Amino acid sequence: MSVRSTARSVRAMLRIGFLDAIAYRGETIVWMLSTTMPLVMFLLWSAAADGKPIGRYGAGELHAYFLAAFVVRQLGGSWAAWQINMEVRDGTLGMRLLRPVNPIVHYAIEQAAHVPVRAFFSMPVAFVFFALDPLIHAPKEPLLLVLFPISVLGAWALSFLMNVIVGALAFFIEQSVKLMDVYTALFFVFSGYMVPLDLFPEPVRVVLDYLPFRYQMGLSVELLTGALSPAVALRLVAQQWVMVALVTLVAHLVFRRGVRHFEAYGG
Amino acid sequence: MISVESLGKTFRVQKRPPGLLAGVKALFRREYTMVEAARDVSFRIEDGERVGFLGPNGAGKTTTLKMLAGLLQPSAGRASVGGLEPFRRSEAFLASITLVLGQKQQLVWDLPPQETFELNRAIYGVSAADFRKTTAELVELLEIGEQIKRPTRQLSLGERMKCELACALIHRPKYLFLDEPTIGLDVNMQETIRTFIRGYNEQYGATLMLTSHYMADVTALCPRIILIDKGSIAFDGELSELMSKGRTDKRVRFSLSREVTAAELRAVGNLVEHGAAEATFEVQKEAVSALVAHALQVLPVRDLSVTDPPLEEIMRGWFAKEPAAEPV
Repeated sequence: MSVRSTARSVRAMLRIGFLDAIAYRGETIVWMLSTTMPLVMFLLWSAAADGKPIGRYGAGELHAYFLAAFVVRQLGGSWAAWQINMEVRDGTLGMRLLRPVNPIVHYAIEQAAHVPVRAFFSMPVAFVFFALDPLIHAPKEPLLLVLFPISVLGAWALSFLMNVIVGALAFFIEQSVKLMDVYTALFFVFSGYMVPLDLFPEPVRVVLDYLPFRYQMGLSVELLTGALSPAVALRLVAQQWVMVALVTLVAHLVFRRGVRHFEAYGG
Repeated sequence: MISVESLGKTFRVQKRPPGLLAGVKALFRREYTMVEAARDVSFRIEDGERVGFLGPNGAGKTTTLKMLAGLLQPSAGRASVGGLEPFRRSEAFLASITLVLGQKQQLVWDLPPQETFELNRAIYGVSAADFRKTTAELVELLEIGEQIKRPTRQLSLGERMKCELACALIHRPKYLFLDEPTIGLDVNMQETIRTFIRGYNEQYGATLMLTSHYMADVTALCPRIILIDKGSIAFDGELSELMSKGRTDKRVRFSLSREVTAAELRAVGNLVEHGAAEATFEVQKEAVSALVAHALQVLPVRDLSVTDPPLEEIMRGWFAKEPAAEPV
């Protein structure tokens, strides 16, 4: 597919995705509710701490961490694996393949169009928590605030691309969403979504630097809560985007190979 | 032109007997069988032709159409549509074709069809002026002015099918692959869609390949028929040739001025159908005049007509000759 044909249709695809997200406003709200786990974790960790700090996390740090996790999850989440799995299984992917647009780009734009809708509902909630909680403070280092949106974009891209890779496995196996369930469980534990990553032992943290989970969540949370020095933040954001590039390549290869296997709806 | 040479497609299908035990066994050891959905399929279709692509269920019709539309990669042989290889799915190729699958849709379920029309306009790079003109024509011909403004999920099957057809033609494709485009529609709606497809073909010189289980679609639209059976071409020729090929029988239909009992009718000849004041007989070609003469003597005949057997019956006869397809 040419870049030109894809570029000229981006606006129309965004529009359709946005209108679709609005049409599914009930589902959007339910999805948001399903991503309030950080707020639940905040309550659990606060109870576990019982007024004493856990690692470097006192009450204020816990408040800030899980509020940031909530924000990043709203902005950086994707569920393309379920959509791709369904379209491969019921054959509607064929209708997408008939259009002269790269299907991964098409999925990406459709998914991205849902982000503003989620932000519209969730950001006021986050802002109210931020304004009313005296223990939460904005980070003082401007570079971290500059890097934050870049890292959220990277987090979204990684989430989306991992979804594409796992979703595209539906070309080869019967139910790739089961694998996505496994991946999501690992994400919950190792991304910083439920447990701040610096509470893990050092060897685990070293391994996590080479896996996508931290870059899908923890890095952006650490930036927003001012937990990183500027030098470390720059290095990690650079690592995140290297990972985005690698995963883009893998997603493209898996999807392209999968399309060659596409025999979902028989003769 | 559509050119197909020795095209074949083999699917690897899991073989699993029914039952719990077989299900558990399949967890550890799976058996597969290879099924040839299309085998050595060859034909050429000139630009502007309307061709009916017929065969029993599982004959390989849809598989072949999907290979021609670039959705399936052939296991053997070559195909070319307008000089382009389908499975490369180049932009020029995708812009020149459309595939309408009666049971699959491209319209966005929760949005009005006009939103998907607009999406296709952008994707295919149709100019605003051409889009307005084409949409106006399609809306008028298909009578969907109101329907394109309602969410797709609120449309009836027939309304949705008409909108699907319009959506598939926004970019004015030269090659139309239509797979059961009238499935589930009532007679009037089928007729509307047939008229529309014929009009599109004549107006734009588009090439049409149609599969349908409704023989009325085929007889109304397709001067040429390609029959496929067990993955291979069984007949390729004019519809009239198919109607007469291998058949030496005719149908003689009488309109009667009063009701006649079935027993009386059976005494006249081989009765295949009868109603309150009509009767249809099957008879060999050379015996038509004898049957007519006899019927005129013994039945209250008001009118009569002599025709070929209906296409459905010809097809049934054709495909009953051979046993069903077997895995290879």
